[in-house]
Amino acid sequence: MPGLIGRKVGMTSLFDVNGKNVPCTVIEAGPCVVTQIKTKETDGYEAVQIAFGDKKEKSTSKAELGHFKKVGTTPKAKVIELSQEDLSGYKLGDVLTVEALPVDTLVDVIGISKGKGFQGVVKRYGFGGVGGTTHGQSDRLRAPGSMGASSWPSRVFKGKRLAGRMGGDRVKLVNLQVMKVIAESNLVLVKGAVPGANGSFLTIEY
Amino acid sequence: MNLMKVVQSHLAAETQFPEFGSGDTITVHYKIKEGNKERIQQFRGVVIQRKGEGNTATFTVRKMSGGVGVERIIPVSSPFIDKIEVNKHGKVRRAKIFYLRNLTGKKARIQEKKFS
Repeated sequence: MPGLIGRKVGMTSLFDVNGKNVPCTVIEAGPCVVTQIKTKETDGYEAVQIAFGDKKEKSTSKAELGHFKKVGTTPKAKVIELSQEDLSGYKLGDVLTVEALPVDTLVDVIGISKGKGFQGVVKRYGFGGVGGTTHGQSDRLRAPGSMGASSWPSRVFKGKRLAGRMGGDRVKLVNLQVMKVIAESNLVLVKGAVPGANGSFLTIEY
Repeated sequence: MNLMKVVQSHLAAETQFPEFGSGDTITVHYKIKEGNKERIQQFRGVVIQRKGEGNTATFTVRKMSGGVGVERIIPVSSPFIDKIEVNKHGKVRRAKIFYLRNLTGKKARIQEKKFS
């Protein structure tokens, strides 16, 4: 699957052709450099490695520096691999830009969701909580309720949804519509929200 | 935020509305779609706030309709605005004149700005 690496910039809204006010996320996508092509012969599978975002040479390890030098590009901050079925369109050192994303294409966006800390089951799994505050209940409004049956199995089943760390997961949103492309600034506006904080890296697959 | 400014400059519609601020009385001519027909309706009232910047900016117009206060929040870059007329420049001391909501009748008048 072809893709790009981007950085979430922020959100805004725009009016579409029908006059509807559409919420959009602004993503700075590309330019990405093809830094390695993995083939069946050398690596056992087919994939393309792309890199995005400049970083300082002094904060790059020598091993990385050599890797980027081989392609003839500056050190990059984010490197990802995209598995491919057809490698014919890629050459080492190729630059991928937002021009590959015309308006109205549907893209998938992958990001790391914002960390939300230790959360209860109501926020984490959408449980309803336990009833109201009447019949002597005072503090069970957001409780998980029953944990399961009693003497059999005499234990809580593995995978029971309980409170715990929420967020910070890899989240993929599929079929987001491209609303606008500003090619000279490498910006693309997709419909709706995308996971992660502003400034975090995103993968756009199309 | 620098890149957001770039986006704003690209999205900002080329509107030629006259300048107006809170306290001004304006008439907004906006298009209404009824089935396939389109007609223009007017909404005349006092601007009680302007909010936001760039393409997401909005303004609120308040008018009294049959003794009931009616407010419309209108995005500046809305494609449904036909034109805006400024009827009166009002003299007010603050940018958001929400106190107008608690006033009725003669108390709700706004002094007109005089230009020398």
